[in-house]
Parts: sequence; structure tokens; C-alpha cells
Amino acid sequence: MYTFSSKLKTFSIILMVLGLLGVGYGFMTSHKSLEEVKTMLSEEVSHHGGGHAAEATHETEGHDNAHAATEAHGAESAHHGDEHAEHVMHQIHNRPYAALYVAAFFFMMIALGVLAFYAIQFASQAGWSPVLFRVMEGITAYLLPGALIVLAIAIAAGDHLFVWMNPDMVNPESEHFDALVAGKAGWLNKTGFIIRALIFIGGWSLYRHFARKFSIAQDNAEDNSNYKKSFRIAAAFLVFFIYTESMMSWDWIMSVDPHWFSTLFGWYVFASMFVSGITVIALVTLYLKSKGHLEFVNENHLHDVAKFMFAFSIFWTYLWFSQFMLIWYSNIPEEVTYFVTRFQDYKLPFLGMVAMNFVFPILLLMNADYKRVPWFVVLSGLVILVGHYIDIFNMIMPATVGDRWFIGVPEIGAVLLFAGLFIFVVFTALTKAPLLAKGNPLLKESKEFHY
Amino acid sequence: MEASKVIHAIYTDDDILMSAVKKVKAERYHIEEIYTPFPVHGLDKAMGLAPTRIAITAFIYGLIGLTVAIVMMNFIMIEDWPQNIGGKPSFSYLENMPAFVPIMFELTVFFAAHLMVITFYLRSRMWPFKDAENPDPRTTDDHFLMEIAVNNNEEALQGLLKETGAVEINLVDKAH
Repeated sequence: MYTFSSKLKTFSIILMVLGLLGVGYGFMTSHKSLEEVKTMLSEEVSHHGGGHAAEATHETEGHDNAHAATEAHGAESAHHGDEHAEHVMHQIHNRPYAALYVAAFFFMMIALGVLAFYAIQFASQAGWSPVLFRVMEGITAYLLPGALIVLAIAIAAGDHLFVWMNPDMVNPESEHFDALVAGKAGWLNKTGFIIRALIFIGGWSLYRHFARKFSIAQDNAEDNSNYKKSFRIAAAFLVFFIYTESMMSWDWIMSVDPHWFSTLFGWYVFASMFVSGITVIALVTLYLKSKGHLEFVNENHLHDVAKFMFAFSIFWTYLWFSQFMLIWYSNIPEEVTYFVTRFQDYKLPFLGMVAMNFVFPILLLMNADYKRVPWFVVLSGLVILVGHYIDIFNMIMPATVGDRWFIGVPEIGAVLLFAGLFIFVVFTALTKAPLLAKGNPLLKESKEFHY
Repeated sequence: MEASKVIHAIYTDDDILMSAVKKVKAERYHIEEIYTPFPVHGLDKAMGLAPTRIAITAFIYGLIGLTVAIVMMNFIMIEDWPQNIGGKPSFSYLENMPAFVPIMFELTVFFAAHLMVITFYLRSRMWPFKDAENPDPRTTDDHFLMEIAVNNNEEALQGLLKETGAVEINLVDKAH
């Protein structure tokens, strides 16, 4: 049995406390009134020699959803300055919510990606991975709390994140009425959002609960009945997962831009969560092994996990590029605004993430020998994780804070908060069962796995 | 030219072959060649063969393919005749790059794959109408053959090979 070392526990608690302080600071400093924003903007204008005046016009024209809720679109230029200031004020208000949401979603999706990977290992009867099952089970323990937190933040933030949650947008009487959003109200409404989210979270957690239960029951079982049950529920879960994951990505991520849509978005989010999940499996395994808890895991297992990191980094890039290139190539105004805002205001994170999620792993993890070197895998793993955090950042931020983004105290605080919580939950779960799933019929093959 | 002699030891089981290889290596005899009907896992390690470098060549070929694609399209689409085709920005390579990526990718794979295969053929000396170098046709079906050079030590070597479980041991004159 693994015991949660007090050092790591203290570390995770420190992370949470620091994170909470950062998040609190984010919320404290975001309450700017319209007057403050106006003075801030005029200061910026004087600083930049009036360059911003032009930008103000430009912003209201090229404008998408995020502002639609908070701004009358008429743009009768008499009120133009006020409108812009109000718009910026809303973006500033949104920032701590968005920072919190991005970090919460990022850590939730790691657990979900690991759960999908775990189910695939069962459904495909993989012979190499049973020695890692308890690590995966430990990581998926974060799924239930993590997903509920994401849902709670989504509801608490309301139209700070999801403009369609603003009742004015679907009210034809209101000046904020948005026909496009109203047309989608059949799907995008708060009740439906909550019900769907509960179904997703319920289904995932149910699978996780039973898979864990059967896995532990199999440890001392006489026959393979528990294993067979695991196999069946894994196959059923994968079917359920691929539908719910797709819908979850429309609900939880794509709907921050309710005017925009993309058909491969679900896959794209899936690729991101899958590769981050696999990376975290590698990191947790290496940590536990370095502490001497996984003597049955050898470099061949590491090699296989690293191959998955490599392959799914490329898979992610393939989907990212497919989405980007199809939209860039056809250049249809209603969908291309998505990338226009990202390219204008998020150039560094947008292109930096491609380097971190593609160029870096492809060069570092291509060599078979490097995939067997722990510190090398850790290094590339950290780059991949940061890259995928930025990926989620790029999905949420442009719609909520626009060009008012920065990776500062609220963002880092939120990451620390959820990283601490993640470590705490995962390593607590790891202490609950032996680290070797000894009843698994494929265990011997896995222990002697050799590549 | 002097005729040198080799011993052909024939085995019928790959496990026995593997242990024989280890024993012969331990006795510090030089194994000239082993003929098998199918890949025997770990045989190259047991024989002490150097690892292949073909993956490295493939990587280099891939880079060459990528360069060819970039240089070609940069010249054709950007430098030679930067025509406006459907509003695509052919002002610079970077601006129009997403449209070129499918070709960059395919040429990388094309060069890496084909040149690697050709490298493999050249290094393994394989081509059409090449005379087969097979010393015994049974090695393409169900027999394994180990070839060891003889330097006036036939007796000892034959004894050792018999011990390792060879079903047949032939002394062969090999005209050089």
C-alpha cells in the first residue's frame, strides 16, 4: 500500500492556499466600475498616441458574440466611446471567472482523458498496461469532484462565461436580443445545460465507480468474472463517452462562442484531453516509481506510454490543423471570426501552443532511446501539459476577455489551486488500494512486458 | 584462389537455435551468417549485431522531402508567378502556408518511405534477377542454418555444434 507522503500533502495544500489567494485577488481586482475603465482607457490612448481610437471602431465592427450580450449593436457612434468602455469593463469582469474555468476544465479533462484511456485498455485487452491500472484509477478519482466544480463554476459565472445564459439575449423585447442565439435556445438554455451536464458526469462517474469496484474485487477473486464485467462496462462506457464527450465540448467550451460552430470540435477537445491524460499517467507513474512504489514498472512500460504521448500529440495537431485550415481556406466570415480574433489578439499563445504541442514532442519523443529516459519524458510531458493548458486558454479566453488577456495572478492562481486539489485527490485515492492490480488475468504478461 | 571451408549446422527449432547461438558465441567462434525462414526475435541481439541505422536515414530523407516541398512551392506559387487564385494571399510563403501543408506533409512521408526502402534494398543487396544466396532451400521452409568459418578446428567445432542440438552438420567448401 502506498502512503501519501506528508511532504507531498503539505505541498498540495500550499498550492491550494496560494491558488485560493491568487483567485481571490483576481476577483477583488476585477470589480472595476465604468468610470475607472474610462480613465484607464483614456490613459492607454494617451500612452499609445491615440492608436487605440482606431481600434475602438474596429472592435465593434468585427465583433462577435461575447459582446453581443453586453452591448447594443447599433453602434450609433454618439455613444461609441461609452460602449467600448462598457465592453472592456465586461471583459475585465469576466477575467477571473474565465481563468478559474480554464484551470478547472483543464484538470477535469485530464481525469476524463485517463478514464477513456483506462476503458480502452480494458476493451482492447491490452497486455502491457495492467501494471499501470491503479495509477490510472487514482487519477480518475479526480473526475467526479473536478467535473462538478467545472459545472458549478459554469453556473456561478453565468453570462460572464456563456453569453447565451443572459436572458436578455433570447428576449425579443430586449435591446440585447440576438436572433442567432435565440434560434439555438432549444439546445443552449440553462436547464438543458445543467441536465445534460449531470447526465454526462453521472455516466462517467458511474463507470468509474464500477470499474474501480470490479478492479478491487478482482484482486482476491477466484475466477475472472469481475474482469469480464470490467470488459463489458468498458465497451459500453466507450460508446457513451464518445457521444457525451462530444456534447460536453459543445456545451462547456464551444458555447462560449455561441455564434460559432465547428463539426470536429468534439474530437479536437478529445485529442487534447487524451494526450494530457496520458502524459499525466506517465508523470504520476514516474513519480511513484522514483519513490520505489512501482518496482514492477520498467522502462518498457514507460516507452509505451511515451509512444502514446508522441502519437496523440500528432493526432491533436492533425485535428487542430484540420479545423484551422478548413476554416482559413474557405474563409467564410461567419466562422472565420473565431480564428481572426485568435490570430489578432492571441498570436503568441495561439502559435506557441502549436510549437509546444507538436514541434517539441515530435522532436523530443521521436527517438526510441529517449522515450526510455525518465527525465526526458518528464521534460516533454511538462511541455505538453503547459501546451494543452494554453490550448484550453485559447478556446475560452478570446470569447470572454478578448484582448484583455494576460497570464497573470488570476490565471496562475487558478492553476495552482486546481493542481493542488488534483494532487491531493489523486494521491489520496492512490493510498486506498494496493498499487498492483494483482487479480488481473493479463498481469503476468504486463509484468514481463518487454519491448 | 584458396578454398576456405565453412560448417553448416542445421537446426529445426528456433529456441534451440537461440541457445546454440549463445553457446557458440560464448566459445568465441565467429558466426558468419544465420539463415532462418522467419524473423527470430532476439537473434540479432544474441549474435551481437549492431543496431540498424535505417530510422536515422528515414528521418534525414523526411527532412529532405520537406525541404523539396517548401522550396518547390515557394518558387512556383510565391516567386515565379504569384497569381491571385481565389483570393489566397500569395504575397509570402508564410501567409499562404496552410494551403501548402498537405503537400509538405505528403512529400515528407513520400521521401522518407521510398528512400528508406531503396536504402534497405541497396544495403541488403536485393534487386530483381539477383541470384539467391541461399545455401540450403530448406531454410526458407522449416530449417535454420548457422554458418561458421573453419580454421583447422573442425573436430572441436563439430563436437560443440552436435552438443547444441544441430540435426545436421555439413562441412562445405566455399570457393571464393
